Amino acid sequence: MPAVDVRGVEKRFGAVCALAGVTLAIEHGEFFGLLGPNGAGKTTLISAIGGLAIPDAGSLAVMGHDVRRDYREARRAVGIVPQEIVFDPFFTVRETLELQSGYFGLRRNAAWIDELLEKLALTGKANANMRSLSGGMKRRVMVAQALVHRPPVIVLDEPTAGVDVELRQTLWTFIRSLNAAGHTILLTTHYLEEAQQLCSRIAMMKDGRIVALDSTTRLLAAFSERVLRVKLDRCELPQVLTATATEEAGGWWRIPVQGSAHVEDALAHLREAGAAIESLEVAEPELEEVFVKIMRREALAAIEMAPGVPNLLGQFK
Amino acid sequence: MSGFATLLYKEVLRFWKVGFQTVAAPVLSTLLYLLVFAHALSSHVQVFPGVTYMQFLVPGLAMMSMLQNAFANSSSSLIQSKITGNIVFILLPPLAPAELFLAYLLAAIVRAMVVGAGVFLATVWMVPLPLAHPFWALAFALVGSGLLAALGIIAGIWVEKFDQLAAFQNFIVMPLTFLAGVFYSVQTLPPFWQAVSRLNPFFYAVDGFRYGFFGEADVAPAASLAIATGAFAALSWLTLFLLQRGYKLRH
Repeated sequence: MPAVDVRGVEKRFGAVCALAGVTLAIEHGEFFGLLGPNGAGKTTLISAIGGLAIPDAGSLAVMGHDVRRDYREARRAVGIVPQEIVFDPFFTVRETLELQSGYFGLRRNAAWIDELLEKLALTGKANANMRSLSGGMKRRVMVAQALVHRPPVIVLDEPTAGVDVELRQTLWTFIRSLNAAGHTILLTTHYLEEAQQLCSRIAMMKDGRIVALDSTTRLLAAFSERVLRVKLDRCELPQVLTATATEEAGGWWRIPVQGSAHVEDALAHLREAGAAIESLEVAEPELEEVFVKIMRREALAAIEMAPGVPNLLGQFK
Repeated sequence: MSGFATLLYKEVLRFWKVGFQTVAAPVLSTLLYLLVFAHALSSHVQVFPGVTYMQFLVPGLAMMSMLQNAFANSSSSLIQSKITGNIVFILLPPLAPAELFLAYLLAAIVRAMVVGAGVFLATVWMVPLPLAHPFWALAFALVGSGLLAALGIIAGIWVEKFDQLAAFQNFIVMPLTFLAGVFYSVQTLPPFWQAVSRLNPFFYAVDGFRYGFFGEADVAPAASLAIATGAFAALSWLTLFLLQRGYKLRH
């Protein structure tokens, strides 16, 4: 039984198709990344997991509980941090967390609330009114609110947007420790570097569909490569290298290399040819590149499928 | 504490924290109505024998302000939560539709009762009132404010902007409460307007409530209570139906 089980979920908002048949299983203890451009359907999917959106077709279950039929158990099993910063201006931070505990039927939760406040660097603000907090602090209170009932599944919808670097680190250290303690994490973010560091498996969405789903390592291996980038000082690239290399702006060349041995080889070729290297760097595979390639592939596929444009496309391929 | 009890507590705390706006202000405006109308009309009107116009006015005004505040509490709380977006903190926990309904309903009734008690406390020293049938008065206070509390939940779910809520409040709730026989006995109206008044469910709440004090009413109190309770039950059913469907709350 997966921690989150999404099967054939479809959702339309009027003429807009937000989810066009999404099937996805997130296993227990995974740190799972859900990536995609704005409007891909990530937030709609998260809303459906939390029962905030009702799908037109398909089913969703959290820890084996159907989100519609067994909504009480399903909602106890999941903690969602919504994307928009929202708060109730009537209450202080501690009141907010006590009320949220109460909604889950938890009476004596002070010890865990104190721990949450401490882990999220909010202890000093416990008795401050929500209105007086900065955006980053409000967001951390939202994280605490999602965790008051110690849910086995934690969903974070762009939790680091607008949060400064230091606090971002605090947040990730805490979320990582929760993941290490067995909590399943589902994360959406636009910071692909973050996703690459944190997530063991990644799904990419576009136009309401999952267009890529694999382990982070395999995605990187399939769509990105290690490259040697060199900037030459007023000389040509040796001919042996021009076959694989591509020229970039500013006199840089981009030479794909599989391992360190390839780097040595390429440098040896450059030396032999007497090329003067002005600058060089080895770039590791990047999720950003994977993302861009997959999204471009999908955009082309969409054009191909559209009626009446196949001839036009031939010129660009 | 159960989820329901917490939500009820939060809803009561919400209006209590801004008590000047939600309790003191309506009590004061009711007092102003009383002073102005009583001064302007007291020499011309006597509705029930042995009951001064001032006395006649107090229960009606109290009920009017209870009805309006019950509506204001549930509707404004919901629309504020919807517009600011913090309604998600109530929609994500495992709260049943019936729990949501009862918490918003009871909090609005509590506010109505506090405002009603405030009106009596503020007027008792200048307008002594009989209390012929306290239990009838209490029953009508509860059913009347429950009716408007449920209507407030429906309005809060339905409207999307403060402007729409203001329209609901000013074009439906205000006229219906003002014309519910608060300032006059409907017996004094021409037959057509009497018939129209009897279509207004709020009228039965005001009339029955007044019976609790003076032992006299335009309509038999049992009939009034049955009608008001029927209207309350119908609106409660509709509210629960909307909440169960997630209408305008879960998309």
